[in-house]
Amino acid sequence: MKELRLMKGNEAIAEAAIRCGVDAYYGYPITPQSEVMEYLTAEEPYKTTGMVVLQAESEIASIHMVHGAAGGGKKSMTSSSSPGISLMTEGISYLAGSEIPCLIVNVQRGGPGLGTIQPGQADYFQATKGGGHGDYRLIVLAPASVQEMADFVDLSFELAFKYRNPALILSDGAIGQMMEKVYLPEQKERLTDEEVAQKYGDWATIGKSPNKERNILTSLELQSERQEKHNFHLQAKYKKIEENEIRYEKINCENADYMLVAYGMSARICQKVIQLGKEKGINIGLIRPITLWPFPSQVIKESANNVKGILTVEMSAGQMVEDVRLAVEGKVPVEHYGRFGGMIPSPDEVLNALEQKLIGK
Amino acid sequence: MAKVRGAVVIDTEKCKGCDLCVVACPTSVLLLAKEVNGKGYNYSYMENPDSCTGCMNCAMVCPDSVITVYRLKPQKSAVEA
Amino acid sequence: MEDTIKIEDIIKPENIVFEKTSCLTDNVLSYCPGCGHGVAHRITMEVVEEMGIQDQTIGIAPVGCSVLAYDFMNIDMQQAAHGRAPAVATGLKRVYPNKFVFTYQGDGDLAAIGTAETIHACNRGENIVIIFINNGIYGMTGGQMAPTTLPGMKSSTTPYGRNAAMMGHPIKITELVAHLPGTCYVTRQAVHTPGAVRKAKKAIRKAFENQKLNKGLSFVEIVSNCNSGWKMTPVDSNNWMVENMFPYYPMGDIKDE
Ligand SMILES: Cc1ncc(C[n+]2csc(CCOP(=O)(O)OP(=O)(O)O)c2C)c(N)n1
Ligand code: SF4
Ligand code: SF4
Ligand code: SF4
Repeated sequence: MKELRLMKGNEAIAEAAIRCGVDAYYGYPITPQSEVMEYLTAEEPYKTTGMVVLQAESEIASIHMVHGAAGGGKKSMTSSSSPGISLMTEGISYLAGSEIPCLIVNVQRGGPGLGTIQPGQADYFQATKGGGHGDYRLIVLAPASVQEMADFVDLSFELAFKYRNPALILSDGAIGQMMEKVYLPEQKERLTDEEVAQKYGDWATIGKSPNKERNILTSLELQSERQEKHNFHLQAKYKKIEENEIRYEKINCENADYMLVAYGMSARICQKVIQLGKEKGINIGLIRPITLWPFPSQVIKESANNVKGILTVEMSAGQMVEDVRLAVEGKVPVEHYGRFGGMIPSPDEVLNALEQKLIGK
Repeated sequence: MAKVRGAVVIDTEKCKGCDLCVVACPTSVLLLAKEVNGKGYNYSYMENPDSCTGCMNCAMVCPDSVITVYRLKPQKSAVEA
Repeated sequence: MEDTIKIEDIIKPENIVFEKTSCLTDNVLSYCPGCGHGVAHRITMEVVEEMGIQDQTIGIAPVGCSVLAYDFMNIDMQQAAHGRAPAVATGLKRVYPNKFVFTYQGDGDLAAIGTAETIHACNRGENIVIIFINNGIYGMTGGQMAPTTLPGMKSSTTPYGRNAAMMGHPIKITELVAHLPGTCYVTRQAVHTPGAVRKAKKAIRKAFENQKLNKGLSFVEIVSNCNSGWKMTPVDSNNWMVENMFPYYPMGDIKDE
């Protein structure tokens, strides 16, 4: 039976990590996600499941510690918030280049720079379009509830190992700090060293046994032809992920005249906007991308056949809206409404914006 | 002259002609050749093979691990001497 | 008579006293002729072979001339970002406490961009070995100033010599990490003479033995040449190293607990 608890989003991530049999967490404190490591150090999973929890000297160190452990085929993760993720982008690029599966959690705050400790969603570009150097992609999941904070830990690892690719949970300070009911997964056993060797022995650096080719994890290839070939291989993998792993939720889309597209915290606000719209006789639907990469372009494109206009709602100056516009190909107007710098839009504001930007036209 | 006898074999194609073994040899066995190998390096060779004691000094300092050292066991050389 | 012994009689498999360790691959090293990296690679791999731990050893390669160390060391390896090898090694060692993990890093990698990772891995007493090649210069990128470049020493970014007033003094990071309780063995070695090579290998052996005993972090600096960067022949560069580097970076154990 699944256990029901009232928890903060950040705590749910930490508890889920223990229960999913994660082998190692390396992190560095930053608001609004410090509870992740605080929870883990209080729970001391190294005494129960054997999970390693270590506070690193920086986010740079944490992500490269993840590199080391995940390179050994172990389930390894880190978490941070926007400025810390910026520091990690170096390591993330290396992880992607070397095809090392792992989990990175970004509980976003407003930026740029030190910005604010209040929630934000302005790291969408960084998460979905690179952030670090080179042509790479992360599998990006966007939870909109404490439940999803917990559920996406296991899902992220599943996808990361399936494709040998880093996965990123793109959350925000509001979901991280909010308390909700959450059904926790049952405790999974961590894989033993032997099981890891059996499952991932073809690539993980765990020691070269005499009858086996040695494993090397590197993103370097000085011969251009071979580096290009490696890039083709990565692109083919990304295409496969795009074909198979798109996830989204459709709410009230059936007879909607206007469509909202929003993820995470903004998607929760948009659910209220749907209600307010009904009261005013405006039929509004919501598409909530769950995977931000791969992006649910097709379903958004199709929705454009049935609605008069689309409004994206983000706690940013407008980032995901670019992908929505690309998907819609100009069929209907696509507008953006955002608050940023730590501000969270209210449902009334959003409805107002929809009326002005789409209906008023 | 119950001297220990040794010899070295140098993988001349992989030798980079750095001269370090030549300098390290206490009995002046080695020299760099006037000719070059496939990579254009003046490779090292035994100019005075009779002086080699198999002390391994050359192999110790060879950065490219291209020297193999052989040595006759002392009793064996005594028998043969 | 001794003269009757033919070379062919000596060159027989049973008479081999030294050959390349099987823990090195057959790939031709990418290093310049006479570069100390090659010897440092070899003695590290000889220790791995002699301890019989090839199947339990994972090396972390840096960014620098030895970025391709994994092409030459016949073991499982990870290639780390510039300076981050001690963090990568930390992450790996923590989840595999019974395996042997070492980093192999140049002075730019370890003492400039990776200073934080180095100091903190040492301070935590990570149970790893750090092999630190100090050649006083950035070899790979073409001989620029390193944190270890000597005062007055020319490099491609100190064409008139390092001006300590402007660029700071060379950092003795080895002495620095020796102060940290997390390090159990800190030593400075060289590989320019047969005697030095034998000593340096002993030091590396000790470092790996320490790891086996969970004693903490062992830090082996090897003062080395960069004849390309210094613009000298290999033999001259070794002499220059003895005359100029050794007084500033004295040989021997700094800490052995
Ligand atoms: C983030 C980053 N900055 C700069 C470089 C360029 N770079 C490559 S090697 C190197 C210096 C390496 O010098 P050192 O560690 O002394 O090793 P050596 O080449 O002398 O063996 C630099 C600056 C890089 N690869 N990555
Ligand atoms: S083994 Fe000793 S004597 Fe023989 S060539 Fe090498 S250094 Fe000289
Ligand atoms: S030390 Fe090695 S590479 Fe250098 S000249 Fe001698 S044999 Fe050749
Ligand atoms: S540039 Fe210097 S450090 Fe690099 S391989 Fe050449 S001699 Fe060695």
